Amino acid sequence: MNRDLRAAVLLPSGARTRIDGWRQHAELRHYVVYAAAVLVFLLFAVFLHDDGFLTSSNLINIGRQSAPIAVMAVGMSFALASSEIDLSVGSVAALSSLVAAEVVGSHGFVAGTVAALVVGAGIGLVNGFITVKVRIPSFLVTLGMLGIVSGVARNMNNLQSLPIRNDAFREIFGSGSVGPVSSLLIWTAVVGLLGHFALHQLRWGRHVLSVGSDRSAAKALGINTDRVRISALVVSAAAASFAGVLLASRLAIGRHDLGENLLLTVIAAVVIGGTNLFGGRASVAGAVAGSVVMAMLNNGLILMGLRVSDQLIARGVIIILAVSLSMREQKES
Amino acid sequence: MISVPADPGSAQAGSVALEISGLRKSFRAVRALDGVTMDLRYGRVTALLGDNGAGKSTLVKCISGVYVPDAGTVRVNGVERAVSSPEAARTLGIETVHQTLAVIDPLDVVENLFLNREHTRGGRLGALVGVLDKKRMRQESDEILSRLDIRIPSLRRPLDALSGGQRQAVAIGRAVAWGQQIVLLDEPAAALGVEQAARVLELIRGLRDSGVAVLLITHNMDRVTAVCDRAIVLRQGRKIADVDVGEVTKDDLVAYITGARTDGLDE
Repeated sequence: MNRDLRAAVLLPSGARTRIDGWRQHAELRHYVVYAAAVLVFLLFAVFLHDDGFLTSSNLINIGRQSAPIAVMAVGMSFALASSEIDLSVGSVAALSSLVAAEVVGSHGFVAGTVAALVVGAGIGLVNGFITVKVRIPSFLVTLGMLGIVSGVARNMNNLQSLPIRNDAFREIFGSGSVGPVSSLLIWTAVVGLLGHFALHQLRWGRHVLSVGSDRSAAKALGINTDRVRISALVVSAAAASFAGVLLASRLAIGRHDLGENLLLTVIAAVVIGGTNLFGGRASVAGAVAGSVVMAMLNNGLILMGLRVSDQLIARGVIIILAVSLSMREQKES
Repeated sequence: MISVPADPGSAQAGSVALEISGLRKSFRAVRALDGVTMDLRYGRVTALLGDNGAGKSTLVKCISGVYVPDAGTVRVNGVERAVSSPEAARTLGIETVHQTLAVIDPLDVVENLFLNREHTRGGRLGALVGVLDKKRMRQESDEILSRLDIRIPSLRRPLDALSGGQRQAVAIGRAVAWGQQIVLLDEPAAALGVEQAARVLELIRGLRDSGVAVLLITHNMDRVTAVCDRAIVLRQGRKIADVDVGEVTKDDLVAYITGARTDGLDE
């Protein structure tokens, strides 16, 4: 208190206005995603009322659809925060759904879940290792990995979906509930809280931001930047594979294209949530809120009766708009 | 008054803290350092002077573990050491403020002061996972800053919400607070106003008085005469002068830097 007072007196007025300006921007940046969520919700509630947007089954559906997006978005937040990007998340989710389906069928649901997560983390490890050691930008490495993983997933069961008949697996992740709350939402909350804790309360989270903000400074301060970048990509891929497990559990199948088209949706969710596309800033809570916004948009487009092709176009336009708006907000701050 | 937790042990003021000899470093065809030999002494401030591109920053980076020299040895307290990483330098008690400030914009003052030397809580498991003890770090930051008389409006403010001078104060505060034996300062007052620059000189004197060996890179001859005991001049990667500041004039120093005089090594 005393210190603050003294500083307020000693600071030149220019510095004071700058700090006040920063405060305003910080507030804007943090709350814009929640405002967007409310706005989209109200808009759809009014204009899509007759199409059933507000029915409880539809709202539950939105929650369930946002779960895998949010789980991937939490992981992607760390990749982006470290100034990397993971374009392979959609294909990793798809492959993981197949791995889970396969191993759950043969070895039970614990082994199946673990196998899927190990495959995901392993892919992240390869992504990270090549990015750091061979010094190839992660967007290229993970773009290549996207192709490889998609191909492997397509080969795995010859484009056929693999049914999952294990009730425990389905109950625990996808179709069960605790009281009125879907287990999908509980798992999403668990992942979100873990991510939030890791970002704010763990040394690792602070190091991820440091590396993403200024890699050479982080290095000069003795941070093992290689290890931090690799671990961020491992976390991103592991989260994607958990999203694949959730999808497989909800739909009771593993399939080569489950979650495959979510990449752009996930990136949009993370960026409108306040995470900087170029590193150094991240918000896990924002990413989860951004995922709800994206799920509502997806849902609204379907309720509007748009054809799949028109949905694709509309989604692309919305994503570019949303991201450019939030990027402008970030640049100003 | 400024006091810092420096404990150079039983070392006498004036005894050698760091000794480098024959240090060479090339970047492709450019010889940045061409066989530099020098030492730093406890309780003394040594100026490292030279024109742009003379090799000053490269020398600092070789001592602080950012660069690995091509040849030459570094001795700390008489023992030859491989300063292969910034972490290794820190372990040896060498702290550095680099010319391009090593501060992390989105992190707050406490997080910057404690970056990569964070306190953890939760016992052994907490240490393994790295659960931050924010309360303890905030308290210690308060102590560090008030001890150094560095005024920052709020410790919870991210660095990019601070003025240039305050950012610099955080970077210097970190090096000074942790600098146990040797502190390297690369142009620490370059971006500062008159009053803040004076405070930096005050900090440097405080370090010297508590027995720390200080290396100061600067282009400002007034600062050299104000706080430095000795001046070493580099030119094209070689040491061309090593003189007592009390025995030369500012003009002499400038003459060494520009290469007008070359008689600075006969002592």
